[in-house]
Amino acid sequence: MTRIERLFANLERPALITFITAGDPKIEFTVPALHALVEGGADLLELGVPFSDPEAEGPAIQASSERALANGVTLTRTLELVREFRETNQETPIVLMGYLNSVLAMKDFAAKAGDAGVDGLIMVNLPPEEADELRLDLKNHGINLIFLVAPTTTDQRARYIVSKASGFVYYVSLKGITGADHLETDSVAGKLANLRTMTDLPICVGFGIKDGRTAGLIGKHAHGVVVGSALVSRMADQGPGVEGVCQLLETETRALREGLEASQ
Amino acid sequence: MKDGSNYAQPSDDGHFGPYGGRFVAETLMHALEQLEQLYEDARRDPEFHTELREDLTHFVGRPTPLYLAERLTTELGGARVYLKREDLNHTGAHKVCNTVGQALLAKRMGKPRVIAETGAGQHGVATATIAARLGLECDVYMGAEDVERQSLNVYRMKLLGANVISVESGSRTLKDAMNEAMRDWVTNVDTTHYIIGTVAGPHPYPMLVRDFAATIGQEARSQILEAEGRLPDVLVACVGGGSNAMGLFYPFIDDVDVDMVGVEAAGLGLDSGAHAAPLNDGSVGVLHGNRTYLMSDDDGQIVATHSISAGLDYPGVGPEHSHLKDIGRARYDSATDDEAMEAFRLLNRTEGILPALESSHALAWVVANAPSMSPEQIILMNLSGRGDKDINTVAKLDGIELT
Repeated sequence: MTRIERLFANLERPALITFITAGDPKIEFTVPALHALVEGGADLLELGVPFSDPEAEGPAIQASSERALANGVTLTRTLELVREFRETNQETPIVLMGYLNSVLAMKDFAAKAGDAGVDGLIMVNLPPEEADELRLDLKNHGINLIFLVAPTTTDQRARYIVSKASGFVYYVSLKGITGADHLETDSVAGKLANLRTMTDLPICVGFGIKDGRTAGLIGKHAHGVVVGSALVSRMADQGPGVEGVCQLLETETRALREGLEASQ
Repeated sequence: MKDGSNYAQPSDDGHFGPYGGRFVAETLMHALEQLEQLYEDARRDPEFHTELREDLTHFVGRPTPLYLAERLTTELGGARVYLKREDLNHTGAHKVCNTVGQALLAKRMGKPRVIAETGAGQHGVATATIAARLGLECDVYMGAEDVERQSLNVYRMKLLGANVISVESGSRTLKDAMNEAMRDWVTNVDTTHYIIGTVAGPHPYPMLVRDFAATIGQEARSQILEAEGRLPDVLVACVGGGSNAMGLFYPFIDDVDVDMVGVEAAGLGLDSGAHAAPLNDGSVGVLHGNRTYLMSDDDGQIVATHSISAGLDYPGVGPEHSHLKDIGRARYDSATDDEAMEAFRLLNRTEGILPALESSHALAWVVANAPSMSPEQIILMNLSGRGDKDINTVAKLDGIELT
């Protein structure tokens, strides 16, 4: 069992999944920030791998990616940060999220990522049709390749995607980019009910969830909710101190967790 | 016989050898499947072809001439040089063949809005033009840096009723405009068709853009047979994304005795790193929906490119070119900014033709190679666009400020 599988097997409430970008706003903030997210109640950590051309991201995550790149963050550096986090946390699953070209550029990525303590990978621009080689490679190193299902995905495709998926299925709640502002809870609920008939894997929902209220609304129907852009932009507004950023993340995460639990 | 005969690419799943494919966010997968199906239906429908032919003839002004450049040939003292005059298309470049075709597809899909990315502005102008002609809403994404250096085309698009959106993210050039267009498309996929301007992007774009551009090669093939009674020895075209080159090459691929040369932008020189020549000095990766040769660093980050020509200033290249390179059916050379400028000036003086800076790269190859070929040999070069849009850039190099 991977850490991700263990998490969902033992959890009796929706998981809170948080996203921040590795090396944003500063490289030395990332590991303390990850610990603060766990402290506030995050169950699973998504860590963004900065990329020069993040074509599915909204302005908040684009900007965070640019800041991280300006700080010299690479995939190699990101794996080092994961390794450092794992020195004091062996439990919380970490999923890297990014774009395929980063992974293609690293020789023996799966082995190195597994060794560093990575549990899952989300490649925004890698549909399962093109993923067989990477998927098997990751599997051999105990890493789940997590696929996305979108509002536009047909039933036939959704069945194919879940047949290739492991860890969890990431349902994209809206047609748009990360951080968009037109979440429709009712249509998400319908889509999730339909997806549940196709797979026993946990289904987590992301894009457009920004506070305790929206987390709660979606959490009623999902095995987990992902919050990214909202945290990333609040971090950017917070100012320079690492302690302030960690405190903010812990408080924000706690509020998300409360919103999520209030709705159950 | 060389490799390349009985050529049939892409495969059903959109690959050219190991290149191409469909590497996009899941939200777009269904739209791409629909587009692929619609295009399959359209290309089997005689009515679609009639409509396309009508527009290409009466709106675009095709066929374009194949012109024997006699004074240039004499000046170079070697192979006879023919120019395929794509500069004479309505809007000034070959790009309009693709936009007319794709706009008809948008109409067939019942989508009232089209979007496009543009670098030099030629594809944006061509899209805005056909959108005006068909009454479609049109938004064009353009890197902020290109908005500054191509102000003439920005104004033209506005006159045509299009909305030009300046893109401030990343390197503020063509690749960032493409990222932003993808973000728009993912949000408005139900009402919007994305008219990609080159033979790149996810399947089916590299195929359908090639097919629409292939009218260039189809015309050129019959024109040279009529003029010379035989096929040319070599085809030459500039390669940024590579649509004009693919359009010229494609109908000749099975003619394995015809050499094909694509000319990339070497910028300040291949050794300088400041260029836009992924087939000469790049590595294989994935960007903008397809696997192809790219300019990226050891970490897989896409690196800044440089070319004097905004239309070639792109870090990737169409996946079919990557395939043609690997199987050896085409070869890819390069020309620097300076070589392109010299060729640009030469064509003005010898033939009274003002070429686009993009096309001047192909011309630079002709200037370098024609002299060592025999007068019995024939070069057929794609003069992909005219250079009116580049006048400000060139004048600036000459130290002249135009008002």
